[in-house]
Amino acid sequence: MSSLRRRKPINESSDSKHKEEEEDEDHDDVDAVGDDDVNGKNKKTPSKIKKKRGEKPPKQPKWSCMDTCCWFIGCICITWWLLLFLYNAMPASFPQYVTEAITGPLPDPPGVKLKKEGLEAKHPVVFVPGIVTGGLELWEGRECAEGLFRKRLWGGTFGEVYKRPLCWVEHMSLDNETGLDPCGIRVRPVSGLVAADYFAPGYFVWAVLIANLARIGYEDKTMYMAAYDWRLSFQNTEVRDQTLSRIKSNIELLVATNGGRKVVVIPHSMGVLYFLHFMKWVEAPAPMGGGGGPDWCSKHIKAVVNIGGPFLGVPKAIAGLFSAEAKDIAVARALAPGFLDNDIFQFQTLQHVMRMSRTWDSTMSMIPRGGNTIWGGLDWSPEEGNSCAKKREKKNETQIADQAGSENAVCKAKSANYGRIISFGKDVAEASSSDIERIDFRGAIKGHSAANTTCRDVWTEYHDMGFAGIKAVAEYKTYTADSLVDLLHFVAPKMMARGTAHFSYGVADNLDDPKYKHYKYWSNPLETRLPNAPDMEIYSLYGVGLPTERAYVYKLSPHAECSIPFKIDTSADDEDTCLRDGVYSVDGDETVPVLSAGFMCAKGWRGKTRFNPSGIRTYIREYNHLPPANLLEGRGTLSGAHVDIMGNFALIEDVIRIAAGASGEELGGDQVYSKIFNWSEKINLQLVHISILLRLFIFLEVSISI
Amino acid sequence: MSFLRRRKGTDSSKSQNLRCNIVKEDEKNNLYESPRKESYNSKKWSCWDSCCWFIGFVCSVWWFLLLLYNTMPASIPQYVTEAITGPLTDPPGVKLRKEGLTVNHPVVFVPGIVTGGLELWEGHQCAEGLFRKRLWGGSFGELYKRPLCWAQHMSLDNETGLDPPGIRVRPVSGLVAADYFAAGYFVWAVLIANLAQIGYEEKTMYMAAYDWRLSFQNTEVRDQTLSRIKSNIELMVATNGGKKVVVIPHSMGVLYFLHFMKWVEAPPPMGGGGGSEWCAKHIKAVMNIGGPFLGVPKSVSGLFSVEARDIAIARTFAPGFLDKDVFGLQTFQHLMRMTRTWDSTMSMIPKGGDTIWGGLDWSPEGSSFNCGAKTLRNNSINNTGQIPNINLANMKDVNYGRIISFGKDVAEAHSSKIERVDLLDSMKADMLANLTNCDIWIEYHDIGDHRIKAVADYKVYTAGSILDLLHFVSPKLMARGGAHFSYGIADNLDDPKYQHYKYWSNPLETKLPDAPDMEIYSMYGVGIPTERAYVYKVTTATDCSIPFQIDTSAEGGSEDSCLKGGVFSADGDETVPVLSAGLMAAKGWRGKTRFNPSGIPTYIREYSHAPPANLLEGRGTQSGAHVDIMGNFALIEDVIRVAAGATGKELGGDHRRCSPDGIPTVGGSKPQPHWHYDRLGAVAK
Repeated sequence: MSSLRRRKPINESSDSKHKEEEEDEDHDDVDAVGDDDVNGKNKKTPSKIKKKRGEKPPKQPKWSCMDTCCWFIGCICITWWLLLFLYNAMPASFPQYVTEAITGPLPDPPGVKLKKEGLEAKHPVVFVPGIVTGGLELWEGRECAEGLFRKRLWGGTFGEVYKRPLCWVEHMSLDNETGLDPCGIRVRPVSGLVAADYFAPGYFVWAVLIANLARIGYEDKTMYMAAYDWRLSFQNTEVRDQTLSRIKSNIELLVATNGGRKVVVIPHSMGVLYFLHFMKWVEAPAPMGGGGGPDWCSKHIKAVVNIGGPFLGVPKAIAGLFSAEAKDIAVARALAPGFLDNDIFQFQTLQHVMRMSRTWDSTMSMIPRGGNTIWGGLDWSPEEGNSCAKKREKKNETQIADQAGSENAVCKAKSANYGRIISFGKDVAEASSSDIERIDFRGAIKGHSAANTTCRDVWTEYHDMGFAGIKAVAEYKTYTADSLVDLLHFVAPKMMARGTAHFSYGVADNLDDPKYKHYKYWSNPLETRLPNAPDMEIYSLYGVGLPTERAYVYKLSPHAECSIPFKIDTSADDEDTCLRDGVYSVDGDETVPVLSAGFMCAKGWRGKTRFNPSGIRTYIREYNHLPPANLLEGRGTLSGAHVDIMGNFALIEDVIRIAAGASGEELGGDQVYSKIFNWSEKINLQLVHISILLRLFIFLEVSISI
Repeated sequence: MSFLRRRKGTDSSKSQNLRCNIVKEDEKNNLYESPRKESYNSKKWSCWDSCCWFIGFVCSVWWFLLLLYNTMPASIPQYVTEAITGPLTDPPGVKLRKEGLTVNHPVVFVPGIVTGGLELWEGHQCAEGLFRKRLWGGSFGELYKRPLCWAQHMSLDNETGLDPPGIRVRPVSGLVAADYFAAGYFVWAVLIANLAQIGYEEKTMYMAAYDWRLSFQNTEVRDQTLSRIKSNIELMVATNGGKKVVVIPHSMGVLYFLHFMKWVEAPPPMGGGGGSEWCAKHIKAVMNIGGPFLGVPKSVSGLFSVEARDIAIARTFAPGFLDKDVFGLQTFQHLMRMTRTWDSTMSMIPKGGDTIWGGLDWSPEGSSFNCGAKTLRNNSINNTGQIPNINLANMKDVNYGRIISFGKDVAEAHSSKIERVDLLDSMKADMLANLTNCDIWIEYHDIGDHRIKAVADYKVYTAGSILDLLHFVSPKLMARGGAHFSYGIADNLDDPKYQHYKYWSNPLETKLPDAPDMEIYSMYGVGIPTERAYVYKVTTATDCSIPFQIDTSAEGGSEDSCLKGGVFSADGDETVPVLSAGLMAAKGWRGKTRFNPSGIPTYIREYSHAPPANLLEGRGTQSGAHVDIMGNFALIEDVIRVAAGATGKELGGDHRRCSPDGIPTVGGSKPQPHWHYDRLGAVAK
């Protein structure tokens, strides 16, 4: 570059005082004669300069730093435009050629492949997006959000998070008493397929599935995105937006306009729970429910294809609610790492995030359900014996790896106590239960609050607890799934009061109890019955082979003003027991442990049980995680991660086959890589209806007495 | 680069030998000093450097401004505007919220032709990578990049009027379908934003987007669009506590919704099976905006020679490409081929024939419209009421009834002086030889010279004979159209043939639903010259060209003449003449008529056009133009009031010629509302 700029001498030579043109002439002459120059090729430049001895001071403008900058930017712009032009002029298939040239021929996307097989659009398809993946847009806001009318606050580019973070947080929060809109703010879900096809530009959620379905003939009229405001509790989406009624009406429309063919519902993540709620709602009588009658589901639904469903909750939700620390419950953090994870701002922003996410009732739908019966107690857990080491070995030959994994696990002397979802200190997490001295926190008086009343505008409730309360929490030492709910009630009573009005986390003893007609039980598969629809099918599709958060080691953090007093103890590591950075992991899809995603279909609903009285068939389809082979593959076509699995070709193929009319048997029934059936066996959940049990006892007694 | 700069020198080197030697000596002497020199020698600008510098400078400044713009509080543009033009009036939404209006009736928008977005769901090889991208609406980027591919995908099958094999282009759904047509060019967005101010949101607003290229009944056949609209209206009524919907169709959406109202009550195989009181149960009001109830003359010229000023908005969007003279003929024909596959364009052929549009020697408008007055009319409207009367005296009658005339003299001659050779007598037999070159399907190459001559010899066409003309020049197109639309006037509405769907979108061949509580509004802009009749000429028939063209050399005598560039103009909103937009509500449906047996109240709301006062206003808040009227504050206020529960009486009943100041200057100046009353005895037998 510098050589370029040097080229044009600014000083005129003394002997040619004429004009600029002459100078050009000059140095060309020099060129012709100047053979004595050493650098044959570059001779021009030096020679030109040499001749100017005793010149006058420069008259023409010099290259200042500013000019150089401008010049440089200009160069970059021109190059950029040129490349952009080339890119636009390039045929659209060019990137594919390049990719194929590097990685070898790509497999056909499943849509193309199945179209060649002759599959065609048959059953209409309903997508139910999960938490955080659906877009939200502003319909009414405060002064600070001017100009954002009908712009996306959530999803898209998240530009506003950077520009006006506090305003954004204010608008994304809900009222912390009602769980509905704050006064003067209306943020509403985006509707249509665009609601959740891409979460952010280039980050697909449903787009790949939609594109593949379109290959075999699906279009807008046969696909419906059941977008809802994922911040609200499920029943509140109906109260505020009548979302459940809309879904009902749209499913009825889809069935009617497609010649009576039933729909295939594809919920993802929290959408799974939402759709469970919907199925109960739609058949419940009118004031609380949709009044569709007891056979609505059997008339309108062919199959529910759950993808990565947290049927029984996720432990991650606990960490998120307890200390806003789970790795991605607040995706906002991941999206804005520079801003939110900045150490300087850390405490403040964490609390803003916490304050915001705590106003979202829906996060409480994912607190682990079923208590110790499902998640294990102090000394046992269904997954115990799980080994983390096996993840590396797992590749395509899974069956073998599976064997090896289980053998490894048996050899391990130590095994993680997954049942202790929160432990204070690593030693506590590993000690035998008899060694732990626990002081019950429930009776503890929260005591007078600390002096830091200034933080009250940040609504995390911790400032109401006082030191005594915090101490009491830590002294209970270890929390299982049962006591966790109590813990949350203790540290965040207001939030949990809101939550328990909408969600329930127990196991029903007697499903005939009239109390279970209340909507708060509808999204808990352990406290509801599936609808009476023997022809329906329920699938559970999820990824395996990724370490997934299952239990945490906590510590008390130094109690600075306005900080959250509990933190994950990231120093706690243990190779043998899957403890890394204070987090115990098990097999799963990075968010939902296998246990939560698979248990209901593996055992709870398998056959005719009291949760599934009509014997709806259930199928488990697991997809083993394989990271993308190279960068060109993007997020991979074999991924098993919670969201990336939506681009997994094997999963898409299964979904398309079901939509085109295949039954679970035709797909090949269960496809299992994990030990979900072994683990389910360890869970001692009563599955037979009590009256049947009684009858059995009576029969036994009678037969014995005879 | 070095190469570039050296060039300059070499050109002139030869003549400078003398100086050269001197320089050479100098150079030798200074050989050793050169490295040091170099360091403080400043460099010179080359052209290249200057370019780079300039672009860099512009870019930097641009980024800097962009940064400033982004960091600027959002309300600054408003401050600036206010500083220049004085305080702005509150947008109607804000104003009415202060009055205490809140969301009441759910609202349904029915977009018109060309304003709705279309996206690709399945395409040929050339459209790779465009899956679910907008082909129509948005940036129209593909139109420039691959025009032929684009035209191919936007065309429909010319036999069935449905998808060609292997191509699926579908309407965008949701409010985004038609809120903005192109980036920054609003259609419904302003109305939506104002409704949102009083509390409307997605659950109370529904955009009844449909594929506007299809015939109305085919939207149901292919996409079940009518069923969807029905289901969504029912859902909205159910989820809003039984409050009926207010429907707001615009442009062709008006006809679409007429069709819908008949469809929804018709029995199932052909209709929606909603029962005879579906409309009464679900619809509070239909607020038609700029509705071409009786068609628009513009569509005739569009179909006849692709020349109307904006039936193909595509032309205005891509003037460089489409109007270029070099490509002129070819692109016209591609465009014509494309638009001719769209059945919906035929829904807007003038309906009602000579009875409505006038015959050889009369037309309902007479000479009432002062074409020159447009320039005078500005914000100071109050006294302009006098002007038409003044001009009326020295204007001769325009024969608007002659929608197409061949030659200006014919257009102005008295009917007895025109010699016409009957169209139907001329034979179709002989074909032109140039079939080979024209793969483009416009049917003109099927016609042959004789027929072209026959068309021209007939000299003048009224609304009634226009149909014959179109049947004559493009029989295939009209065969398709005739299956879906009808353009006549019913003698006896009880005739069972009128149960066929092709009559449903013609207000002169259907009855309004039995819904006495419903209200029908007709809201449209006035005060803009609107195409009403054309002067044509026969062009030299080159291969594959369209043999007829508007004779742009035909100009009226004076400034005030309504003939400009071969087009006779009448009053209207630039697209729809007042006659078409207002007649049904002014007379055809007024009171209990045979077209309106249950006596649904009708209201006419006219909005006088006032161009934006300055550039800052964009497309203006007082515009009366066909699309820009969607941003007219007075219209928006009316719509919001009705949506919030007001009736037509509360709005002030009929409202003609509302001046921008809000002072109605009804009647008096304009004899306009009266012509239909006098002349249309035939219609309302």
